Amino acid sequence: MSQQAEAPQAKQLEFVTLVAGGQNFCVEITQIREIRRWTPVTILPHSPFHVLGVINLRGAVIPIIDLAVKLGFEKIQPTERHVIIITAIEDRIVGLLVESVSEILGVSADMVRETPRGPEDPATRAIQGIIPVDDDMTKIINLSALMPSLDPVAA
Amino acid sequence: MATDPSILDTFFEECEDLIVALTEGLTEMRDGAEDDETVNAVFRAVHSIKGAAGAFALDELVGFAHKFETVLDELRSNRLTTDEKLLRVLQRAGDVLADLVEAARDNIPANRDQVDPVLNELQAFLGAEDDQPEEEFVFEAMTLDFDSAEDQSGYLVSFRPSHEFYACGHDPALLIKALNELGPATISVDETALPDDFGEFDWEGGYLTWTIEIEDLATDLSILEIFQFVDDLCDLKISPRDTPPPPSTPQTIETEDLPDIVTTAAVEVAPKEEEKPSADAPDAATPSPGPKADAKPAKRNATSLRVDPKRVDRLINAVGELIINQSVISQRLEKAAIPNASDLFADLDDYKLLAREIQEGVMAIRAQPVKPLFQRMLRIAREAADGTGKDVAIVTHGENTEVDKTVVERLADPLTHMIRNAIDHGIEAPEQRKAVGKPTQGVLTLTASQRSGSIVIEIADDGAGLNRTRIRAIAVEKGLIPADATLSEQEIDQLLFAPGFSTATEITNLSGRGVGMDVVKTAITTLGGRVGITSVPGKGTTFSITLPLTLAVMDGMIINVGGQTMVVPISSILESIRPNTSDISRIGLNGELLRIRGEYVPIVDLADRLGHPRDERKMTERVLLLIQTEAVPQCALAVDDIFDQRQVVVKSMQGNYGAISGISGATILGDGKIALIIDPDAIALNAAPRNFEEEATHVAAS
Repeated sequence: MSQQAEAPQAKQLEFVTLVAGGQNFCVEITQIREIRRWTPVTILPHSPFHVLGVINLRGAVIPIIDLAVKLGFEKIQPTERHVIIITAIEDRIVGLLVESVSEILGVSADMVRETPRGPEDPATRAIQGIIPVDDDMTKIINLSALMPSLDPVAA
Repeated sequence: MATDPSILDTFFEECEDLIVALTEGLTEMRDGAEDDETVNAVFRAVHSIKGAAGAFALDELVGFAHKFETVLDELRSNRLTTDEKLLRVLQRAGDVLADLVEAARDNIPANRDQVDPVLNELQAFLGAEDDQPEEEFVFEAMTLDFDSAEDQSGYLVSFRPSHEFYACGHDPALLIKALNELGPATISVDETALPDDFGEFDWEGGYLTWTIEIEDLATDLSILEIFQFVDDLCDLKISPRDTPPPPSTPQTIETEDLPDIVTTAAVEVAPKEEEKPSADAPDAATPSPGPKADAKPAKRNATSLRVDPKRVDRLINAVGELIINQSVISQRLEKAAIPNASDLFADLDDYKLLAREIQEGVMAIRAQPVKPLFQRMLRIAREAADGTGKDVAIVTHGENTEVDKTVVERLADPLTHMIRNAIDHGIEAPEQRKAVGKPTQGVLTLTASQRSGSIVIEIADDGAGLNRTRIRAIAVEKGLIPADATLSEQEIDQLLFAPGFSTATEITNLSGRGVGMDVVKTAITTLGGRVGITSVPGKGTTFSITLPLTLAVMDGMIINVGGQTMVVPISSILESIRPNTSDISRIGLNGELLRIRGEYVPIVDLADRLGHPRDERKMTERVLLLIQTEAVPQCALAVDDIFDQRQVVVKSMQGNYGAISGISGATILGDGKIALIIDPDAIALNAAPRNFEEEATHVAAS
């Protein structure tokens, strides 16, 4: 594995690792616009459970999604210490509420393993691949799969 | 070059302008303007489209434009006379040309069913003209070098390249060579302008004047074609060689005397048969594509500026932020309670005024006259009239009224529906009109006007008016209303906008699919507008669309609902009421009615409707906003508190999130927090279905 990592031709990828629902995940850095502290949101009527509301990001109205709920975990009770990752998914800007953001992980593309297929749940369906890190591993979230086109909003 | 999308975009943008010019010219011709200038203007428009389309290999477009242009050429050289039939065909040809441009832009195949008949009709005019086939020969004759045709003569071309001509790297020899290929030519050069002292000689100076006499050339079009890319870089005079036959006089174009756009447009005119040599000619004449391509737009852009709408939008957004920022600062200052701050506040007021001024200025950039929209509508009306066999005159007023660009764009579809409806259902067939003593020609009036902060667009026909008995009967039949409902005339009229309602007994291909009017209404409501109907039996029907001047700024009432700050558009609020216990009566399980001036109005609890926690306070402790919408005559929104009335900058929610029922958008308040903007229509409408019946009856009862 370590030899593979040193292979010069392998494409380098960078991921931001985060914790949501008590588990490790990561998101490719190119999809991330910025990381902010939690600020209170404006609640949207009739919004799905995972949609917390909207915030004002320098004049743009950005929806905030609870990543833990979206992945099927318990709802995060947001405090000042929680973090919003502003992501650009296709043409949309969406904020993801997570428990914490830890580090930037640089790996070569061939270190990314395919997700072992087992019984599926919302979390496993959104996982694009896994990256072994030391003794542990982290899971890559496929944001486009997680947030397909526009969220159908209940009327 | 042809594959560069930005050049193609520019081409289509220019095409839009040209089609506007074309439509305008055709309308003038229809209104009786028979002067050469009008015909020439139309001709130039068609010709420019053809010329540019050729460069992008848009063959269908070129083919059609060519035929169109040939007919126009016949017309401007007085070989054809303007009559009713010709004008009609020209109008249709203009429509088809616009279609083809659109098809080419969207990269979809053109609708041959529409194109071919018009093409044939155009051909019919050419066929009727005896000299047309001859003219075809004329051209071959030119290349093959033998005489024919009546008006063959020859042209005298005199051109003196300017300093820029040489500076751009053009070579006069190539032009002369191309001219020489048009027919037997005699070329002479006048070098008298050359300085005697070679020390003064500027190697790029335009000292030489060439005179080229071309024989056996029936038209100057191919000459103009050769010079098309350099006509603004040289002194060009083209005149018939001998005393020409009178008809061709108007064809003589003295390039230098005409404004730039004229030469640009008039260049490169050619009947089909000229296509081959002319395709080669400009090539030969213009060895350096760079400078010549730049040379022309530069001049044209002097009067107007093409800007990507996104840039304007960005500016509008930034200005919106500026205004919000201003209110943040003033709120902060007030809180800070600085002593002797009156100067500071005076300055802040100036800042506010300036910001507003900038905002108005930026909004004005987005404003566009409704003229192009109306012109499209003229065409729709014409087609509808043709399709139904009705004789309809279309009158437009207030074409220069300016509306936000988005509004103009999004109005096209609803207006199309309404105009088709007006002609299909509104205006009666000629025989019927005669029977009731009206002139056989119906009149459809399209009016745009500005009324206190709104734009009003009216579509009025002088038809039979709405048949309310029938509308009611249909609504009952379709289950839209109960059979025993008592409805006012207005309410019956509003039924037209109910989904799935169609009065046409037979479905015509123009209208009557039963989707029309509710789609119209939705489209207009999304724009923040309203539709109203007034109809007088036997006299006609008027639909009036009321739209906000701009979509970006709105006057709103800041309210509190279930702990959330929200905004209700002032335009829909009639009044705010703090009710007395005696004004509130219960209806059904949870329903409440407000009595106001003897009328009973349903109360909608906004918090409940939006899924916020319900305020347990009594109605009397809360505030009711009496709103009026098109859907429901009156409705009272129960809110927790009202704070303030102010201008808010509207932000769309759709981009990042999607539409939310009952919410039309969002805005950012002075403290930087987002407040959602209520869509009163949707709120009232969604509350309406379940109590439509009661409402209908109680309105009638009151």
